[in-house]
Amino acid sequence: MEAVLAILIGLLVAASVYLMLAKSILRFLFGLILISNAANLLIFAAGRLTPGQPPLIPEGADAPFGTVANALPQALVLTAIVIGFGLFAFALVLAWRAYTELGTLDSDEMRLAEPREGGS
Amino acid sequence: MSWLLAAPLIIPFAAAVAAFLLRNGPWGRRVSVAGSALALAASVALMVTVLQEGVVAAQMGAWPAPFGITLAADLLSAVMVVITAITGLAVAVYATGDITERQERLGFHALFQVLLAGVTGAFVTGDLFNLYVWFEVMLIASFGLLVLGGSKEQIDGGVKYVLLNLVSTILFLSGVGLLYGMTGTLNMADLAVTVPEVENQGLVTVVAMMFMVAFGVKAAVFPLFFWLPASYHTPAFSVSAVFAGLLTKVGVYALIRVFTLIFTGDTGYTHTVLLWVAGFTMAVGVLGAAAQTDFRKILSFHIVSQIGYMILGLALYTPLALAGAVFYLVHHIIVKANLFLVSGVAHRIAGGTELGRIGGLYKTAPLLAVLFLIPAFSLAGFPPLSGFWAKYVLVKASLEAGNWVIAGVALAVGLLTIFSMTKIWGEAFWKPHPEGTDPRLSSLPAADRRALIVPIAALAALTCVIGLFPEPFVAFAERAAGQLLDPEDYILTVLGGRPAVPVQVAEALP
Repeated sequence: MEAVLAILIGLLVAASVYLMLAKSILRFLFGLILISNAANLLIFAAGRLTPGQPPLIPEGADAPFGTVANALPQALVLTAIVIGFGLFAFALVLAWRAYTELGTLDSDEMRLAEPREGGS
Repeated sequence: MSWLLAAPLIIPFAAAVAAFLLRNGPWGRRVSVAGSALALAASVALMVTVLQEGVVAAQMGAWPAPFGITLAADLLSAVMVVITAITGLAVAVYATGDITERQERLGFHALFQVLLAGVTGAFVTGDLFNLYVWFEVMLIASFGLLVLGGSKEQIDGGVKYVLLNLVSTILFLSGVGLLYGMTGTLNMADLAVTVPEVENQGLVTVVAMMFMVAFGVKAAVFPLFFWLPASYHTPAFSVSAVFAGLLTKVGVYALIRVFTLIFTGDTGYTHTVLLWVAGFTMAVGVLGAAAQTDFRKILSFHIVSQIGYMILGLALYTPLALAGAVFYLVHHIIVKANLFLVSGVAHRIAGGTELGRIGGLYKTAPLLAVLFLIPAFSLAGFPPLSGFWAKYVLVKASLEAGNWVIAGVALAVGLLTIFSMTKIWGEAFWKPHPEGTDPRLSSLPAADRRALIVPIAALAALTCVIGLFPEPFVAFAERAAGQLLDPEDYILTVLGGRPAVPVQVAEALP
């Protein structure tokens, strides 16, 4: 199970790096979604996989019996998803605004703040 | 104890809410200034306690470490909180004269306070994932501030700033995940105990490098700094100043924290990489600045170059070098924020920041000229200003470590810094204004003039005080460095004097 997840994370990262190397901001953003999901899966996998063992404490006991899933990485992933979602929404709006204001999504063409030498 | 640590965080958040609700009138900015002043008082109280009692720590929600979120302050954290509050207050006052009503209605003061809360949070947290959260708080506020007003330049700079910072954030998050997978804890003090016990130390070094790259992007070190000169000259001047003063320094702080507390197993490798990074950051930053002809762009490249000095202190990893890094951090925040504030006034009265289009400030605005010279010479390292002592300590530490090359680089970069500063001086101050106008401070409305000049003068005075009486500050930096190199006190305070065994922690519950 870990091996499958590790390969999946690797594939996601590879795909996202490929996308993020593109000039287009939109492709970069798609890459960003993929890599943030890869990071979330990474945390999930780093917390060990324990399928079918929910971290529930039986009635009357103080601690769960035997091996149960680690709830902390899942809480971390949840936080990371929420934060990532907010930041991504902002980045998307910014890209839209850049497209309407600057008329391009090609990062090479965005030279307003750093003009080339000798004008243009 | 927990209030002492939480107050510098709660006050800016409360001020942010109030400033947002009052954003349509003059009370918004008053709340912002009052909130910053209160935060300064709270952080001084924290500083006094840390000086008297050593490291302080508080467990949020009374969950014992290492399970809950810990706030902890040693001398480095405390001084960073104080300096954040000082910069925050100076910029909050400056903003009352600099920020337009439209930007206020868009929520400038609220975002500004959230930014200060995020920065302060990053300095006092004792938990790695919590550090990530504070980075995000800081990041989202800085995104808002950067594009506030929405001019084309701001959008352009904002795209690069946002996208590159998001990548670094994800790298940081992945590093946190892997470290948790190896050690089962995220509490920094607990990590300091458990990381050396990890069997596969090679993997620890890999994770250390992930953190180095992630924080390196935030700190704008070579070769990861390109977002900084692309964006820092575009927003409002108050925003530039607070970014220049604080944001990159959070990255430097995070580097110092993790590479003195957690990743100390393979210093021969990690700190050598840092040394190279430091040298290139200093040199590339200063050369980049030499090629620029815009007031703010020159200053932006100098941020990069100065970051190199702080990384140098960390990379040498001797008590004196770390003391130099701490001293440099404090000095640099004050000086850099001040220079950006000066550039804002120059923009207001001379009509631009492009050096070819302004001039004549020395003749008609001598007060501003003096207030520029103090931080500019301090940045370049003239005695008796604060920058001289900061550079002196670092160069001395490099020589003591037998590292002649890096000492030479540090000195040469200082020289080139003088070149850039004299370029600004010659163009903006000495040369007559190309359009023949006389830029005067008296052309500003009286209220604006006070709001703009008072914080600049206060920060310049602080630079002089540090420069003229460096001894207590250096002694303080040495104590802070001593705590960093021997984190026993930090670890014991955070973990409550107990080894991190769950059973014992449970017994110690109140």
